[in-house]
Amino acid sequence: MSGHSNRIEKPGFGLLIDHTKPLSFTFDGKLFNGFNGDTIASALYGSQQVLLSRSFKYHRPRGALTMNGLDANTLVQVADEPNVRADLHPVAAGIAVKSINHLGSLQRDAFSVMDYFSRFLPVGFYYKTFFRPAGIWKYFERPIRIMAGLGTLDPRADHKYYDKAYLFTDVLVVGGGSAGLEAAIAAAETGAETLLIDENSQLGGSLLYGRVSDSREAADTLRTRLVAKARGLEKLTILTSTVVSGLFSDGWAAAIGGNRLYKIRARQTIVAAGSFDQPLVFRNNDRPGILFATAAQRLMRLYGVRPGNRAVIATSNTFGYEAALDLLDAGTEVAAVIDLGTTSGPTVDAVRSRGVRIVTGSTLVDAKGYLRVESVGVAAITGQGKTAAATDWITCDCVLISVGCSPALNLASHAGAKVIFDDAIQMHRAVSPPEGIALAGAAAGVWSPARVAAHAKATGSAAARLAAGEPGSEPPDADDPTAAAITHPYPIFKSGKGKEFIDFDEDLTIKDIINSVKDGYDDIQLVKRYSTAGLGPSQGRHANLNTIRIVGAVTGKPLAAIGTTTFRPPLVPEKFAHMAGRAFEPVRLTSMHHRHQELGAQFMTAGLWLRPAYYGSKDDAARTIDDEVRAVRTAAGLIDVSTLGGLDIRGPDAAAFIDRMYTWAYEKQPVGRARYTLMTDMSGVVIDDGVACRFAPNHYYVTATTSAVDQVYRAMTWSNVQWKMDVDVANVTAAYSAMNLAGPKARAIVQTLTTDIDFSKDAFPYMGVRTGTLAGIPVRVLRVGFVGEAGYEIHCPAGYGEALWDILMTAGKPHGLKPFGVEAQRILRLEKGHIIVGQDTDGLTNPIEAGMDWALAKKKPFYIGKRSIELQAAKGITRKLVGFAVTDSASPVPKDCHLIIRDGEIVGRVTSVVKSATLGKVIGLAYLPPTMTDAGQRFEIRVDGGAMVPAEVVPTPFYDPQNARQDI
Amino acid sequence: MPFALLKYGLSREHPDDPHFRWKPDLKKTYDVVIIGAGGHGLAAAYHLAKDHGITNIAVLEKGWLAGGNTARNTTIVRANYLTPEGVAFYKESVELFRTLSNELDINVMYSERGHFTLAHTDAAMRTARWRAEVNKHLGVNSEVIDSAEVKRICPTMNVTDEARYPILGALYHPPGAIARHDAVAWGYAKEAMKRGVEVHTQTEVKKILIENGRAIGVETNRGIIHAGKVMQAVAGSSSHVARMAGLKLPIKTIPLQACVSEPVKPILDQIVVSGSLHVYISQSARGEMVMGGATDPYGLYSSRSTLDFKESLMGHMLELFPFMGELRILRQWAGMADMTPDFSPVMGLTPLENYYIDAGWGTWGFKATPVCGKRMAECVATGRQPDLIKPFALSRFSTFDLVGEKGAASVGH
Repeated sequence: MSGHSNRIEKPGFGLLIDHTKPLSFTFDGKLFNGFNGDTIASALYGSQQVLLSRSFKYHRPRGALTMNGLDANTLVQVADEPNVRADLHPVAAGIAVKSINHLGSLQRDAFSVMDYFSRFLPVGFYYKTFFRPAGIWKYFERPIRIMAGLGTLDPRADHKYYDKAYLFTDVLVVGGGSAGLEAAIAAAETGAETLLIDENSQLGGSLLYGRVSDSREAADTLRTRLVAKARGLEKLTILTSTVVSGLFSDGWAAAIGGNRLYKIRARQTIVAAGSFDQPLVFRNNDRPGILFATAAQRLMRLYGVRPGNRAVIATSNTFGYEAALDLLDAGTEVAAVIDLGTTSGPTVDAVRSRGVRIVTGSTLVDAKGYLRVESVGVAAITGQGKTAAATDWITCDCVLISVGCSPALNLASHAGAKVIFDDAIQMHRAVSPPEGIALAGAAAGVWSPARVAAHAKATGSAAARLAAGEPGSEPPDADDPTAAAITHPYPIFKSGKGKEFIDFDEDLTIKDIINSVKDGYDDIQLVKRYSTAGLGPSQGRHANLNTIRIVGAVTGKPLAAIGTTTFRPPLVPEKFAHMAGRAFEPVRLTSMHHRHQELGAQFMTAGLWLRPAYYGSKDDAARTIDDEVRAVRTAAGLIDVSTLGGLDIRGPDAAAFIDRMYTWAYEKQPVGRARYTLMTDMSGVVIDDGVACRFAPNHYYVTATTSAVDQVYRAMTWSNVQWKMDVDVANVTAAYSAMNLAGPKARAIVQTLTTDIDFSKDAFPYMGVRTGTLAGIPVRVLRVGFVGEAGYEIHCPAGYGEALWDILMTAGKPHGLKPFGVEAQRILRLEKGHIIVGQDTDGLTNPIEAGMDWALAKKKPFYIGKRSIELQAAKGITRKLVGFAVTDSASPVPKDCHLIIRDGEIVGRVTSVVKSATLGKVIGLAYLPPTMTDAGQRFEIRVDGGAMVPAEVVPTPFYDPQNARQDI
Repeated sequence: MPFALLKYGLSREHPDDPHFRWKPDLKKTYDVVIIGAGGHGLAAAYHLAKDHGITNIAVLEKGWLAGGNTARNTTIVRANYLTPEGVAFYKESVELFRTLSNELDINVMYSERGHFTLAHTDAAMRTARWRAEVNKHLGVNSEVIDSAEVKRICPTMNVTDEARYPILGALYHPPGAIARHDAVAWGYAKEAMKRGVEVHTQTEVKKILIENGRAIGVETNRGIIHAGKVMQAVAGSSSHVARMAGLKLPIKTIPLQACVSEPVKPILDQIVVSGSLHVYISQSARGEMVMGGATDPYGLYSSRSTLDFKESLMGHMLELFPFMGELRILRQWAGMADMTPDFSPVMGLTPLENYYIDAGWGTWGFKATPVCGKRMAECVATGRQPDLIKPFALSRFSTFDLVGEKGAASVGH
């Protein structure tokens, strides 16, 4: 245990902690104590450990600023989790917390020497140097990268469990402070299903720690009443410890609670997210112990931690005076309230009556102390941003700041609201929020408790009515004169020397912003990008307003004209794992998958599917594949082709529809026949092929390639939305299993089975299609020949797939049937010279180049791509796909995509190449210029290592050129 | 500590001249008006002034300096394209990038990191080999490597078979680099303005003035400007501006989203791209992971962000880098990608005399900034299409002379 306890042992303090449950943990290896309910930061603060981190650039000591997870000062490392907000993260027994971004120790950081070099590091310094002589940057980059960055990722870290939930509601209310509670209650009472989400573990927002009309009791009573009422409403669902991190223009709201991402659809959303405190900018305003008044109130009320023994408050509004009362109640001496203006009213009187010194018209101009503030200098304000010299030094160990707020407009802005600067209240406002979005409370510019309640109630009930489809009412009046007394117009005081921080995350000072403008970056967007103001982990919520003020002061432009930088989601940083959730990447398996596994298949990825590449050991792949090829060529083989796409096209216009989708002619195709299909896009590029089987005048069954079927289906439905033809397209890929039984013994095998299909040669010729039953299983049989042997592609309902596979495997056994995989099929089809779309075609291939002109119907008036293909035909092609064989059997085997080189120029490319055991040579397909495509013409392929392999053009098919075997 | 920084420590006042010499008023006439003050327009202005002595130029920008896609891209520079035309073009860009800091007197933080295009399928391996072969032929350093070599170069990547889409190998391109995008544009603006070029922001072109089939100027929200020549360089709004010139472009504009993480200490040196998983990632000098994916699934003129984008991106990111689960996304945004049918840009002459186009930059615009600026300047100055960009002429779409880069351009920003 380090330091003595700083806890307040009084009623009314420490709302969230359980004094009966102490626990201990370590910070940088030292043991600390806390209580159940503490955050890491509150437990450390309670043990006098105010110093939490070192800053990004100058390695200055930093402590908590907001105590609400909104600043980067509290970033620590917890085990393998980097950049943890210590002021949000619940402390747990035994956790090991580490401080980050220092060399040596947090107390004695060797990198803090950077603070003394700051004068040599002007804003944008990295743009101004490190590049002469040329190439020198790489030597500077590495150390700069190491100096930058905050936490550390452990590449061995485990994947943890995260998931997602979907929520649907009429009204979503973001923020459970008084405005959010009132709005949610009103919405639920009006009859809407309402969802109230708050980031803290307890509802109440500032009612948890702040005051209403000077009174802590009044705040507590109001909170108790509202929470009790909210909890009692059946239509009101409450999520606490959950933060809404984004509202998206497509209607999603994202919320993160625990290990869960909630994806929320709400008819109406009310943003009652409160506001962000704004810093007072003065020399050394970043010293540990200087924190927002609300942070001190949170420390006291929520965690029972005294922010210090002797406090100074700098304020320009009554909130600062209220904090003074809290300090006094907690037993902290208030040395002085420094009022930037002349705040008056009962709160001020109450503070004064308790003997506190009040200095008006003055500000803090300096702070002494290093690891913790020790005293502050006070000076009279003499003009905007100007002061007299500091004459008054006040000893203190904590400083509370309350000089203004900036409404939390991020979410409304994500959703599309416009953000403007309102001079009257010296704050930004969201105007014209998109339909379905409303604001309440401080986010709407409404501050005084009575007005907040009335405005929020009206907003809540209006949202409920809108959600029910009832006409909306005029938005309630958000004008609140008290709002003007909150935010000081220019709480920025430059000292002669030293650092006054504008952006704590990025270590940017007043000078940096001024010099950005001096360097010519005078637009607020350029200032942000050049200086990096607002680019740190707290996304500028404490920096943007003061940056705009300085730019305004330097350029002389009114703040409203300067604009603001865009709010980008997320509101608070989101873990990658929250977005990923449980990775849902389904793997599609065919009905026969387990049979393939039993047969020892090696699988390969094909889109979402897994397909057998071959059946056997990886060590013996080449021989195994050759065996499979030989089985097909000499006996029979069976391949699972279930992944092939299947589309049922039915209706009176089925033939006419297919005629438009594909290049060939289908109207006159006889029932019971299959015909090749070739699909092109509007620019005439080949995108798919398959066969169209006509089972009835109004019914075609069209196959598509595994990877393209979804695209083909989309193209068909998309096209028919425009054509409005009388046709129905169903993607039945998953409904059917399919297997191709191929080889000279194929007919003999099926003829051993009970069937109502006549499989005899004459009754069921090549390119015929039949429906019927096979061994009692309903089937669609296609006599097609991708592998160049007699064969039957048998499609059956997916539920029968495994049974039919088993039946065929058993029936085929006496005939030497072997299962074969995709690798063997690639060889078999290439021996036949059949192309694979996507491998032998590329993103620009037209059918003529691919040698598919025979599949182009010349007389049809239209098909997709026709006009483009005809234009290209007239123009002439520059390449053509041809077969080739390697002429020197001793040369290395080329690979797919090796180039054909002539006279040092690229003239072509190999698209497919295999070593064919059947033919005893290396064969392939390649693109060549039209002048080089005659049979016997020779060319050279450049292979790995640069060797040139001689080859010659060979007509296809390489195997069985008369196509006799598929017809037997 | 470099000496260049000493002066800042030793002088009382900020010792620099402003980078930008803004001129408040528009002139009535310029030799050249460039629409769009992004990287491309500024680079063209710089090269017109420096290489061709044309300095009476106005670069007009509807928003703020370099605030469009120049400010929104993910800063990757590479030359490992697929077509010989593309490779030759981007190769010159890489060469210009290497000396750009010195050329522009601003550190653009050009950092060669090595660039992986991962292959999870046979088809992707084939495309990788195709690109490698074309690259090597043209003197660009690219190799197909297997998964073991991927692991050796980038040990933190998950190359196990347990992944949903195991990594089979990659196209590895050692010169692949990142640069500070803003600094590139600012550098061109600074050096162009130094040579007399005027840049006018908040100046929106409403109309292209045409007389006898020639562009003669523009009408803006600040009045009419006459110009000898007009060039458009407005990625994301190309079709809209071209329409004002009477040109119809074969371009579909689609949002492209990106995001960055909170900064962490260096853990990833390379640029990693996976087309199959629709992800790419690199770590900036500041320590942020800079990440993106494929373009959105539909066309839209809106730079809104979506939740779906982050969900699918991170689902796949954690496949590649499971240890990044606890890292946090800090900020997301979107830019507008002008997609052409062949995934190649459009540069040069148009049917409208004295009107020049620089468009169709899809997801590959930043990496071409220097070469495009240089060659567009040459084109505008001479009125002729330079050889290097001849293949990218607008006329190619009517003659089917496309430059097919789909296999190398998508996701591979």
